[in-house]
Amino acid sequence: MELIVARPEGLYCTAGDFYIDPWKPVGRAVITHAHSDHARVGHGHYLAQTDSEGTLRARLGADIPLQTLAYGEAIVHNGVQISLHPAGHVLGSAQVRLEHGGRVWVASGDYKLENDGTCAPFEPVRCDTFITESTFGLPIYRWPEQPVLFAEIDAWWRSNAAAGKASVLFCYAFGKAQRILYGVDSTIGPIVVHGAVDPLDAVYRAAGVKLPETLKVTDPGVNSALLKTALVLAPPSAQGTPWIKRFGNYSDGFASGWMQLRGTRRRRGVDKGFVMSDHADWPGLQRAIGATGAERVYVTHGSVAVMVRWLAEQGLDARSFKTEYGNEDDEGSPAATPAEANS
Amino acid sequence: MKAFAALYRALDATTSTLAKQAALQQYLQVAEPADAAWAVYFLAGGKPRQLVPTRLLREIARDAAGLPEWLFAESYDAVGDLAETISLLLPPPTEAAHDLGLSEWMVGHLLPLRKMAPEDLPAVLRAQWALLEAPDRLVYFKLITGSFRVGVSRLQVTQALAATAGLDPKQVAQRLIGYTAIGGQPAAADYVRLIAPANEGETDRLTSGHPYPFFLAHPLALPVTQFDAAIGLPSRWQVEWKWDGIRAQLVRRAGDVWVWSRGEELVIDRYPELRDLGGALPDGTVLDGEIVVWRDGRVQPFAELQKRIGRKTIGPKMLRELPVVLLAYDLLEEDGIDLRARPQQERRARLDDLVARTPHAHLVASPLLTGGDWADLAVQREQARSMGVEGMMLKALDAQYGVGRTKDVGTWWKWKIDPLSIDAVLIYAQRGHGRRASLYSDYTFAVWDAPAGEAPRNLVPFAKAYSGLTDAEMARVDAVIRKTTVETFGPVRSVRPTLVFELGFEGIARSSRHKSGIAVRFPRMLRWREDKPVDEADTLQTLAALLPHSDP
Repeated sequence: MELIVARPEGLYCTAGDFYIDPWKPVGRAVITHAHSDHARVGHGHYLAQTDSEGTLRARLGADIPLQTLAYGEAIVHNGVQISLHPAGHVLGSAQVRLEHGGRVWVASGDYKLENDGTCAPFEPVRCDTFITESTFGLPIYRWPEQPVLFAEIDAWWRSNAAAGKASVLFCYAFGKAQRILYGVDSTIGPIVVHGAVDPLDAVYRAAGVKLPETLKVTDPGVNSALLKTALVLAPPSAQGTPWIKRFGNYSDGFASGWMQLRGTRRRRGVDKGFVMSDHADWPGLQRAIGATGAERVYVTHGSVAVMVRWLAEQGLDARSFKTEYGNEDDEGSPAATPAEANS
Repeated sequence: MKAFAALYRALDATTSTLAKQAALQQYLQVAEPADAAWAVYFLAGGKPRQLVPTRLLREIARDAAGLPEWLFAESYDAVGDLAETISLLLPPPTEAAHDLGLSEWMVGHLLPLRKMAPEDLPAVLRAQWALLEAPDRLVYFKLITGSFRVGVSRLQVTQALAATAGLDPKQVAQRLIGYTAIGGQPAAADYVRLIAPANEGETDRLTSGHPYPFFLAHPLALPVTQFDAAIGLPSRWQVEWKWDGIRAQLVRRAGDVWVWSRGEELVIDRYPELRDLGGALPDGTVLDGEIVVWRDGRVQPFAELQKRIGRKTIGPKMLRELPVVLLAYDLLEEDGIDLRARPQQERRARLDDLVARTPHAHLVASPLLTGGDWADLAVQREQARSMGVEGMMLKALDAQYGVGRTKDVGTWWKWKIDPLSIDAVLIYAQRGHGRRASLYSDYTFAVWDAPAGEAPRNLVPFAKAYSGLTDAEMARVDAVIRKTTVETFGPVRSVRPTLVFELGFEGIARSSRHKSGIAVRFPRMLRWREDKPVDEADTLQTLAALLPHSDP
């Protein structure tokens, strides 16, 4: 029997009788990371990486029955050995390694290969069967290297500051915002964060990630003079809201892997699109899959058909699992984030 | 090339008209005339003849990227633009980039591609793009594919040129006529002529076949009760039918005849009748009007005209069965004198005189309509559909003939009738292009082939539409399509029928080429009927009931 199968509730470990990132309430769930399409409410028991505790409790409730594991630490449940390994996606994100009867399966959740400095970098885990995401599973997606990307963001911020305009950068509040804070040149000007971003910054800081000082719009001293040179980080949902109007004649940008395409950039209706993703690009997906040494690969959410066909042509036993990941608060779909206020 | 690529990115990055205008002027102020000549050509809508056959370009790029055809195709479907797809798939440059000017690129490297043997192209193209850094490649490939749309209108280019040269935009618009002709090769001297001081840059109008910039109407969408307050009494307006044909200017000068469409394309070869008509007119005449198929003293559906548009050669049978006339409604030049600054009323009187003096089987003066008040005209407008016209045109009696869609020297309004509409079911969706790349934005709609209650019945496709939804609605529809997909064929998905839309269209006719037996004109989505179950969508019978009675 297969060690992991797709059930209507989610990916299910048959021998261990538990689920990985289930989308319906179940008894036992192993959670790869705290983005809301992977970590949902209502499970009887949660197992996740230690650094996920803060975000999981903040999002799902302080009293969820949560057990945590450090990276590399193993437990055995119903005869299945479970361990968690860095996925490089967001703070506390993990690949789930299951070993049973001499077979090793790895479910990777969401992952990214480049080390962004805000979470433990991705580590390839040898396995027989690898379950991979495919959010950006087309060869058109190739990310710029981190220094190039931040040079671009810094240059934009600097030129706006010189012109006396706030730089409003829309980005997901969990993961992307902290990565930007970590990477920008904070000597350019003050940094203001939206109320949705601030609590997540606190979680990162508590986990030991060094982030520059930030302000909230309600802090004393945050006035229109200060905002003229500020970088403002806000979730995409803030676009077109009254909250954003206070920044006056600002320039806006959007940070997402989908910004790689001119069409999505224009649809967003912002001045500047920054190609920044917490998912692997096409070369990254290929490298990660190759490094596992797996002969069998299951593809989930994203360009599933493309990846299955491509991997099969590379000589792997490639199959797919139908899941419900990839349309919540990270970057699941280019259409998931319409620009309501622009058209 | 770097400067032009930077201009392209600046124009592409912003939606602000002011920012676009600033970027254009900045570029024009410093560009070499030879480069500016090409920049204006592309931005104002010019296209070189195909430089590299698309199929070949695709193959060469695919090989360079080392991808199988199917994966290249999947990538193209997601991006929705060939030039962009290629620029994203090629390996990054390995050589140090050189910067050649736009004109050097065009004349020295790109235009010669047309004459090159196909077997030489791979090496030449690879050597060319190796000179370009990744961000500049998009523009390079766009120059080759000719799909150069960057959200800048010809009017904006005209304004930027006028501002740079200190000229009246109208004068620049006149000078730009013919500038973007297909296969044109604008040189530094052509650009210098565009921006030369007034009177120095004019070509000899009396011998050239150039038309005048077309004057365009604004939509008038008000309840008729508000017309008096908004635009005054009907007595101040010249009222005509709004014809559904091809807008054209007929130019008769220097013993020759030219017929230009609104896209500034010479179309005279398709309408030999109009060459004959031109020959009968006095030299130094320019007429503005609409080309329509005309039989038995009335206009025929646009579909009839379409049969002629598609043909390269027009045989005697077609001339007999689908005769066209020019429905003239304006006289722009008479005896070689430009009449555009004269009032509408005077131009019309002169037109009527001309038509009376030179009767011709293929010249009809667009009839004038009169009414005591707007309510009376609104009643007359009710006949528009049965007459095969789109509504009415209102032209201020004192209006000069302006340039483009402007109102500064006089106004033309188009007062269109409400579209026909029907509730249809979305059954196929295709990913869009450009701004809608990756989104399922192009839809095929169907109606039931039998009334409700008659089982079994099937959905029959009858129209495609891709406009009318807001971005937010389209994103929601896209999500539904992804969830209800039955099958995927390349960029197209068939879906479980769950979505009903009210479709609007301007005309309807029998068609043997459509599975439903019916073709509609200008279909678009009027609204998403989220309240309506699929079973209650319309049927072929309700659709057929909209056919004009003359078209059984």
